[in-house]
Amino acid sequence: MDKGSFEVKVGLAEMLKGGVIMDVTTPEQAKIAEAAGAVAVMALERIPADIRKDGGIARMSDPSMIKSIQDAVSIPVMAKCRIGHFAEAQILEALEVDFIDESEVLTPADEANHIWKHDFKVPFVCGARDLGEALRRIGEGAAMIRTKGEAGSGNIVEAVRHMRLIQAQIKELTVMGQDTLMARAKELGAPFHVVQQVAKLGKLPVPNFAAGGIATPADASLMMQLGAESVFVGSGIFKSEDPAPRAESIVAAVTYYNDPEKLAEISTGLGSAMKGLDISEIPEGQLLQERGW
Amino acid sequence: MVVKVGVLSLQGDFAKHHRILEVLGMEPVNVRYPRQLDGVEGLIIPGGESTTMTKLIRRNHFFEPLIEFGKSNPVMGTCAGLILMATEVPDARVNPLGLLDITVERNAYGRQVHSFTDALKVSVNQHHTRIPATFIRAPKITALGDGVRVVAVYRDEPVAVQQDKHIGLAFHPELDDVPFFHNILFGSQTNTLIQDQPDRIHAA
Repeated sequence: MDKGSFEVKVGLAEMLKGGVIMDVTTPEQAKIAEAAGAVAVMALERIPADIRKDGGIARMSDPSMIKSIQDAVSIPVMAKCRIGHFAEAQILEALEVDFIDESEVLTPADEANHIWKHDFKVPFVCGARDLGEALRRIGEGAAMIRTKGEAGSGNIVEAVRHMRLIQAQIKELTVMGQDTLMARAKELGAPFHVVQQVAKLGKLPVPNFAAGGIATPADASLMMQLGAESVFVGSGIFKSEDPAPRAESIVAAVTYYNDPEKLAEISTGLGSAMKGLDISEIPEGQLLQERGW
Repeated sequence: MVVKVGVLSLQGDFAKHHRILEVLGMEPVNVRYPRQLDGVEGLIIPGGESTTMTKLIRRNHFFEPLIEFGKSNPVMGTCAGLILMATEVPDARVNPLGLLDITVERNAYGRQVHSFTDALKVSVNQHHTRIPATFIRAPKITALGDGVRVVAVYRDEPVAVQQDKHIGLAFHPELDDVPFFHNILFGSQTNTLIQDQPDRIHAA
């Protein structure tokens, strides 16, 4: 019997495709998310918009809080650890969370090294802004990639930038000859064997999801049309006026992302979305996406 | 005539089933609207989250059309699909369709760290094979009705069942590129593609 193999880890990521993973801070929110059709919840003490507002060091959530959410729902429960903080990851694995997000939303613990994720039985998701970053994380054992976007901003512009860039860089690899791939791997700073794999497949070897700034059904549709296979919604649901219908509508928007008539119906009467931030209003050095490499 | 097989594409790993159907020379059709059931000869309910699919089935008026479709066409369910095909699921968050006379318990092997791949012996309609089977937060079949035949057993528990036209699997042949069930259910019964799968678990 083979437990915790890379294939088994990617297997769960495959099951989450075409779905919405929602940030929740309480068992009540987790139940709302599950009832709305979320494929998984991300258990965390503060959603990114509040982490941004409150400042200070953001760490892994209290295990009691994670357990209370595991007890509240039947869908997979994810939790975040700090970049490079493998001890937090070990604790999350002991708690049997279903997926670990090595996340730039928390304060990084190691400026040089991300976690060596092959050591774990539990799968990891990591953020990326470009293909090199995505492939470095896959090389370390990530079973799912998501765009970093700009968490807690309610602004889709950064997620779009990251997804477009990753897709363009993938396409570029597919038309390059074998004789130029090593030089490209060097430029990307990416492991050669993963670069070869992407050149052959024309896509990442693990599911590629969107995150960071999704606030409306239209945002979800936009990211799916740009090539995302699922979406994470962080602050966008529980910072909106009426979370339950918004959560349901984003779930429906991921399934019907290329049906504008259906999206018009889905988007109607949801109340106001989270207020959000223009990226230029975020002070220098406070962009979460710049954490990690 | 190329056989058109629908894949319920509300949520889950539906794209993985496409590849297997294509390898077998069949035409996969994404089914996102009930009217699309009219154009296909069989249906796959893929892996994913059964609570999410329940929600989307209800919201998009799929419940009755799926039951109706199953009366005269073959349906295969993998993992979440198996749960949705059951008659009884002791969990109010899921509305099963009742295509297979079985009771299914969700997440019965535990959380993701307990997910696994192992070798499995399968026997359907005189065809025998040995395949790798991947179980992801898998369900268990806890009770079987009279008309249900067990086609694979893992550690003394049924993990694959057949009832007239339908097959339900607790694991994911689509993750291990195993075409055996797709071929038996939707292909010609005499198709020579049915043969032993290499045991890739230990070869890997």
